[in-house]
Amino acid sequence: MSLIELKDLSKNYGHVRALDRLNLNLDGGRIVGLAGPNGSGKTTLLRILGAFDAAYSGEVRIDGHKPGLETRSIVSYLPDKTALSDWMTANQAIAIYKNFFADFDEGRAREMLDFFKLEGSQKLSQMSKGMREKVQIMLVMSRDAKIYLLDEPISGVDPASRKTILRGIISQASENSLVLLSTHLIQDIEPIVDEIVFLDYGRVVLHEQADKMRAERGQSLNEAFEEIFA
Amino acid sequence: MTINFDNQRPIYIQLLEHFQAEIITGSWSPGQKITSVRELALTYEVNPNTVQRALSELERLNLAQSDRTRGRFVTEDLEVIKELRRDSARQMTEDYIRSAKSLQLDQDDALSLVKKYWDEEEGGNTL
Repeated sequence: MSLIELKDLSKNYGHVRALDRLNLNLDGGRIVGLAGPNGSGKTTLLRILGAFDAAYSGEVRIDGHKPGLETRSIVSYLPDKTALSDWMTANQAIAIYKNFFADFDEGRAREMLDFFKLEGSQKLSQMSKGMREKVQIMLVMSRDAKIYLLDEPISGVDPASRKTILRGIISQASENSLVLLSTHLIQDIEPIVDEIVFLDYGRVVLHEQADKMRAERGQSLNEAFEEIFA
Repeated sequence: MTINFDNQRPIYIQLLEHFQAEIITGSWSPGQKITSVRELALTYEVNPNTVQRALSELERLNLAQSDRTRGRFVTEDLEVIKELRRDSARQMTEDYIRSAKSLQLDQDDALSLVKKYWDEEEGGNTL
């Protein structure tokens, strides 16, 4: 059984088909890149996997269960828009997460705070965009979850911060957990993903092991992406 | 230290080549303990599974051994390391010959060029 199993998953927003009979299986112990043009369904898919949207048709199984309260306890989700308030400090955000999630590991959070060179007492309102993104990643990756869903974790931050954030993800992803991260900056995630999933018009157009794809096509993931979506 | 990966080639192969170079040049000495997978993944900013795969290849080539309790070590078999060094030297030589031929040099020209620049190249220990 795969950790995530999707069968004929469809989702409409009015007349717009966001996901169109999507089929996908993902196993644990992997870092998977989810790529596709704007509007291809990346965020919609992650929201459904995170149990934040139940209005879909088809079958979704997270570790064998339908998305809901039960799966939320094993899924750590980073939304594309932040849910943290500006007046909070990083320390307060940690306290809130600790209350909220039984699997939140404060030691790990402190470790990542150090790794990201962040000051716990600093307010989010005083932080740069890159720093706020690091706080988010720190919170989400400090849970001892089976699945991490990261929606565009590196978009809109400077290249140096991107590197640090990706290093943070590598350091925390455990041997058995699945990290699914969406991005449109494929060149930045090339070396850290095991597998790549390309979405287009709400369907999976390609799902392949990254190194296998390089060996067979002699192409970088980014070049394959540009070719497929040209 | 990071490697500039060529994203058009499998990354595990490039890592394997890099590890082999570390062993040939003595950066990784015989019998030395190899850093953990996670540490290496962070150092080279790559996926831990990719590091694992490169290290498994290293073991398959008898260049490393793992011990269930103590971790993974560079081979102590100097013959194996010598063999790898010979292989790698042969490859580089073949590369040079191919380039020389494409420039339409004959063997004497190529050899005299090697002789001429051999001593000028200082500390060129680049692999």
